Amino acid sequence: MFYSRGCPVSRTTAPLGTSISSPATRPPNLIQFLFNGFVDVIDRLMAPLQNRLGVQRMAYIFVLPNLLIFGIFIILPMILNLSYAFTGSTELFPADRPFIGGDNFARLFECTNFLDPNTCREDVYWRAIYNSTAFVIVQVAFMVIMALISALALNRKIILRAFFRSVFFYPVLLSPVVVALIWKWILQQDGLLNAVIVSLGGTRVPFLLSADWARLWVILISVWAQMGFFTLILLAGLQAIPSELYEAASIDGASPWASFWKITLPLLTPTMTVVLVLALIRAVQVFDQVVPFTNGGPGTATTYMVQYIYNTGFTNQTREYGLAAAASVLMALILFTLTIVQLRVTRAGQNEA
Amino acid sequence: MKKSHLLLGLIVILMLAATSITVFAQDPVELRITWYNDSNEGEVLRDLLDRFEAENPDIRVVVDTIPYDAILNQLPVDVQAGEGPDMARVTDQAAYRGFYLDLRPLVADAAYWDESFPAAALAALREEGDESGLYGFPNQFTVSAPYINRTLFEQAGIEVPSDSMDAVSWEEWTEAAASVAQATGTPYAITMDRSGHRFAGPMFSQGATLFNEDGTLTIDSEGFRSMAQILVDWHTRGLTPVEVWVGSGGTYSAGADFFINGQVVMYMSGSWQVGRFANDIGDAFDWAVVPNPTGPGGSTGMPGGTFMVAFGDTEHPAEVARVMDYLASADVLREFSERSLFIPAHLGLGELNFATENALAEAALVTFASEVPKLTDQAYQLQYGGQGFAINNPIRDRLTQVIAGELSLDDAVARIQQDIDDALATAGQ
Amino acid sequence: MNTIAQYLTRTKGNKRLSLTDVITYMYLTLGTIVMFGPVIWLVLSSFKTTQQLVRFPPTILPYRQESVTVEGYDTPLDLYNVTMEDGTVRQLAQVRRVGIEAQMIDPANPEEIIRVNINQRQPIESVVFSLDNYITGVEQFNFWQYLWNSIVVTALATILTLIVNSMAAFALSKYQFRGRNAIFLVTISTLMIPLSVILIPVFLVVTEIGWNNNLIGVIVPGAATPTGVFLLRQYMLTIPDELLDSARIDGASEWRIYLQIILPLARPALAVLAIFSIMWRWNDFLWPLIVLRRSELFTLQVGLNSFQGELQTQWNLILAMTVLTLLPITAVFAFLQKYITTGIATTGMK
Repeated sequence: MFYSRGCPVSRTTAPLGTSISSPATRPPNLIQFLFNGFVDVIDRLMAPLQNRLGVQRMAYIFVLPNLLIFGIFIILPMILNLSYAFTGSTELFPADRPFIGGDNFARLFECTNFLDPNTCREDVYWRAIYNSTAFVIVQVAFMVIMALISALALNRKIILRAFFRSVFFYPVLLSPVVVALIWKWILQQDGLLNAVIVSLGGTRVPFLLSADWARLWVILISVWAQMGFFTLILLAGLQAIPSELYEAASIDGASPWASFWKITLPLLTPTMTVVLVLALIRAVQVFDQVVPFTNGGPGTATTYMVQYIYNTGFTNQTREYGLAAAASVLMALILFTLTIVQLRVTRAGQNEA
Repeated sequence: MKKSHLLLGLIVILMLAATSITVFAQDPVELRITWYNDSNEGEVLRDLLDRFEAENPDIRVVVDTIPYDAILNQLPVDVQAGEGPDMARVTDQAAYRGFYLDLRPLVADAAYWDESFPAAALAALREEGDESGLYGFPNQFTVSAPYINRTLFEQAGIEVPSDSMDAVSWEEWTEAAASVAQATGTPYAITMDRSGHRFAGPMFSQGATLFNEDGTLTIDSEGFRSMAQILVDWHTRGLTPVEVWVGSGGTYSAGADFFINGQVVMYMSGSWQVGRFANDIGDAFDWAVVPNPTGPGGSTGMPGGTFMVAFGDTEHPAEVARVMDYLASADVLREFSERSLFIPAHLGLGELNFATENALAEAALVTFASEVPKLTDQAYQLQYGGQGFAINNPIRDRLTQVIAGELSLDDAVARIQQDIDDALATAGQ
Repeated sequence: MNTIAQYLTRTKGNKRLSLTDVITYMYLTLGTIVMFGPVIWLVLSSFKTTQQLVRFPPTILPYRQESVTVEGYDTPLDLYNVTMEDGTVRQLAQVRRVGIEAQMIDPANPEEIIRVNINQRQPIESVVFSLDNYITGVEQFNFWQYLWNSIVVTALATILTLIVNSMAAFALSKYQFRGRNAIFLVTISTLMIPLSVILIPVFLVVTEIGWNNNLIGVIVPGAATPTGVFLLRQYMLTIPDELLDSARIDGASEWRIYLQIILPLARPALAVLAIFSIMWRWNDFLWPLIVLRRSELFTLQVGLNSFQGELQTQWNLILAMTVLTLLPITAVFAFLQKYITTGIATTGMK
């Protein structure tokens, strides 16, 4: 942290921003010159606005573009979605759709025994809910543990550190379609992994054909593809822990194991919270990797909530927009509750830090 | 405001000028075809359209090739929203009923169209009660039938059942293929594409009746159950590669890969594979198409194929009709079929000279042609009637669940029935 | 030798290798294989032919069958190693195959036809990194046009995202105004709604605006990323308010503060967001596919998937084109990786 009271902020020295920001001050170049000119123009243009609104209310101006895009392309569609949820037929335009009340919701909840999807009218919906729940719990736990181990390893004083960090991050750059493509070629019956197993004298393993294996691989692959992102966040958290603490601990004769539990983990809690929350959100949304990978199979073993909604409203030849919308409204409700909890937790975490 | 408009206009004009340098006096009308490719047919189409453009400098046709999934999922939504193309190649022709452009008053000779294409196919594009609308034409006809690996039969010393018998049942084929696989050490005996459409032919042959006389649909029948049971048994007996139905990830190619690799003796697919097999199998082994197996319901495959259709939202109906007339003309369709190894749905093309030197491919196309007259009414109704869209996918998905052990066959039958009823109810709301 | 060993066993702290170091290196090496191996496999596979792709066991390296031109035959003939009846192995060229019998000739003596059982012959193959898939792919596939569209979409969308998100993050982190918490809450909760769930309504909205078949329709709707706002806000919270106050005392306007204090100070966080935005946009598939139907507007990801037909998928071309789409994003990553691997440490993720 640096305290800025003594920082040189001056009207007269020309490049205001650079004089504060850069530890290594560079001489002003053409780009900076242009940028400063641009700032002056904006400044001139916006001055009357600020005079009218006052300093604090300028915030509305700053938040406006984001809010507009948000409102038009996220909030408005969500409201439209609500209207789909209460109407029927396969018509696309909400105005053409007959109102059918809560029929879509009733259909989703028509079950003799909620714990057994086979007794539900929309059995696939309930299968998807149970699949999603199991996926979220296992995947998030595994993701956080693996990311933490990787971050700890990458935080050590090692040779080729930049190389290892890049390699661990690289899969994050791949599109979900590519990730699925690569792993399908590796895991299919005639894939690379089975070839290795056969050459070692084993028999082929139905990696994508048995429900349990497929569920496991969907989890492993989503961890493979996203772990780099979380590793880096945790790495940032680790680097923020002052090294004096470890030195003091080792002088006191604490084992590395003890200092991990007594220093690293407690100080990493705020970062862990962020990782946990983001991993949770991504896990609930799991979709775009799974479709090209297993397409929800075998059977419906890896069909998750988003895919159910997408299939129902978009890929089934009879597009049940209403049913899909009803399912997505329910999903939004679940997510909203999670968000509130998340905010509470994050706030608690911030207070701790 | 005005100034910026002026500027914008200027920019637009400049850009147009830049792009139209190559164009002479008058701008051609631009028409759009949304298309997908299985193999080389897109190139052939482009060739044909280039010739059309040379003769008709006032029309330019752009072909937008999109993934097949997008043809199924995206195009219907676009057309519903009024954002569709001028023309398209589609397979679920019923989804667009009511959105087509009636070509009857626009084409040069409507009688040619009526004579040249099967009435059932033209009617497949019409809404109920519409007797005369002319909305497009079938530009590729497909028939489903099984392929066998003849070399494996020879090596096993087992006679190909259809060589000596006129009617071979699915059970007999299954046993023959199983013996061949065992004798030759081939990993799998038999497989079928994961598709409701592919299942339908065998299902009808086994005696399934789907369409009742009062217009309702009943999935449950002896024939349906018997074919479903045969399919499930293939899996439980380990005769079939499980990944085709259970782990295919939504692509149809898996079954073909096994066949090309010589890993399966018999493969239920259809005429569209001929070009690919000719290319990819090369001289690795001898393959052949055999007649559809016979059962109580006959020996039928499924008709299929793609339609070239025109949409009503087009701004240039007259030009669209000229392009459609060209593409539907006998010479053009003949060349299109010969070069892409497609069976034409045109009734008057006579003998075709397919662009292949592969004797096996030619023989296969001949066998497929002889399967056409055996197609039953139920098969045609499923393909061209208005309800097929609600039937094929539930059959595929629910039978997959049975194979994966999630449902019993009884449950699956009930579920398929309910899926179909729900879909038809929603569509009718 | 000794010095090399010493160098290898030396950690940065100049101590000898401890057990934890050994475990660390083992973990990292294994990790490198697992994380990067599949990508190498993809690259190698992109040189294979369709026949090779479906072969079991798959080969690591791409092979081609060797062939030989023999007088009297128009096309080159494929070469095989043939085990003769007496057990010797001869190199023969195949003229044709009939059933389970192959007719072969010795290239040195093309007159005599030798008949062998097809099981007696083994194709002679060699490793060839053939660019055929790439050339056919680029020809069949309007590669340069798609590349250009992808670059336009990625660049404009990233710039827009950076501007719009940083402005909002600035407002949310540095001002007290009515509705702030509500806006933040809404932002965060939309973080959780995936596009795939509200696809049809968003499509309707874009259609009504008239942005269908327009790159703007791809660029704008996703620009207000909740993740970006969240990331930048968290970082800006760590910029001391005193800095802003003293600038205000010096008479700087709010825009000047945003442009000349906040943006330069938030550079590491902006770089991280830039990389994420580039990555999202470059790889985005679902949304562009829905907005864009005209092939001259396709992005690489949409074009790539047009190789998937109803009945057949041209895997060899898909693999080759996939590798091509990976190159630019890898280059961007190599260029900005110092921000990713070290810069993110200062983004103050809390």
